Amino acid sequence: MNLWIDNKSSAPIYEQIATQLKTQIISGALREDELLPSIRSLAKDLRISVITTKRAYDELEREGFLYTVAGKGCFVAAKNVELLREENLKAIEEHLAAAAQLAASCNVSTAELAEMLRLLTEGER
Amino acid sequence: MNALELKQLEKRYDGFTLGPLDLTLPSGAILGLIGENGAGKTTTIKLILDMIRRDGGAVRLFGKDNRESFPLGKEDVGVVLDEVSFSECLTAAEVGKIMRGVFRNWDAAAFEGYLRRFDLPEKKRFKEFSLGMKKKLGIAVALSHRAKLLILDEPTGGLDPVARDEVVGIFSEFTRDASRAVLISSHIVSDLEKLCDYIAFLHKGKLMLCEEKDRLYEEYGVLRCAREDFAAIDPAAVLGKRETPYGVEALLRREDAPRGMDVGRVDIEELFVLMARGGEGK
Repeated sequence: MNLWIDNKSSAPIYEQIATQLKTQIISGALREDELLPSIRSLAKDLRISVITTKRAYDELEREGFLYTVAGKGCFVAAKNVELLREENLKAIEEHLAAAAQLAASCNVSTAELAEMLRLLTEGER
Repeated sequence: MNALELKQLEKRYDGFTLGPLDLTLPSGAILGLIGENGAGKTTTIKLILDMIRRDGGAVRLFGKDNRESFPLGKEDVGVVLDEVSFSECLTAAEVGKIMRGVFRNWDAAAFEGYLRRFDLPEKKRFKEFSLGMKKKLGIAVALSHRAKLLILDEPTGGLDPVARDEVVGIFSEFTRDASRAVLISSHIVSDLEKLCDYIAFLHKGKLMLCEEKDRLYEEYGVLRCAREDFAAIDPAAVLGKRETPYGVEALLRREDAPRGMDVGRVDIEELFVLMARGGEGK
């Protein structure tokens, strides 16, 4: 598990942790039913407040990304991954639709648009 | 259980009154005490340690009154005061030998470990120590008698950035065990900003604020705007401000900010400075 805290970021620390854990759960780097570090030990390892860490976990639990077993700790939950993929797909569709609209408004053909996307994603590799 | 409770604690001097202070530090947590010079931080710490007589209120350490439970209670409290003083002619190892006789729970191996970790010289006498070395020795002693509560008055003052980072790490590590707690006062707010669970502001002997650190970011923000826009804001909502010929920075509760105006994040240092100034005007 990898986590970074950026003190210069405007995002609150609890949010940074929650977002990074979420990303790793969705990508599969953290597997279903995997035991997460305890709140206190994660806080101490990252040298941040216990309350901040608890808040990140609370948020993830509320969103269904992890579950708590009393006396044992916090584990990665499974159910939301599909849902999140679904949500991401929807967001991608929306972005693409916006791009298509913008393209149409300035006479960029669909083929050109597809070529642009291909070049962009190739550039990232 | 609460590691430390202050209830209506008061101390009166000619021209300065501290309190009444109410403050709670739960076990497992770190509380940072921030205040200007003369705000009463050291007085508060001395009252907790019963080094000076209080004029009213109560101090409880792990549920027990600090006067009744001492001296036994002192075993449980690791203290680093602003000025660390040991006998001038002693070396670090000799200080350790004396402490073995002072504390029942003295952990000689831990002490030696800290001396090595802090790179403290074996042969040098205390009077030849630099300010930073004195601080480090004080910290090593405070950490080596299996205390449950650390009370630290400006522990990072006089330390270089690398040493500061190291001791801040050690203090954070200290509360890995949830039965322990830390009270730390410092001017170096950046040291406290990451470390602390709770932040308390002391201003002219009064507690201006005591809150979970994360809630401070949520509750307060800084509005940066033109003077004309600032004039439209209810003055009662402004907790502090800084004016330049080109605009105004105003500290507000986020809920009090006018709609549509962007309230930026405030860091603890800025929050404290603006609030302390704002408090003066009122």
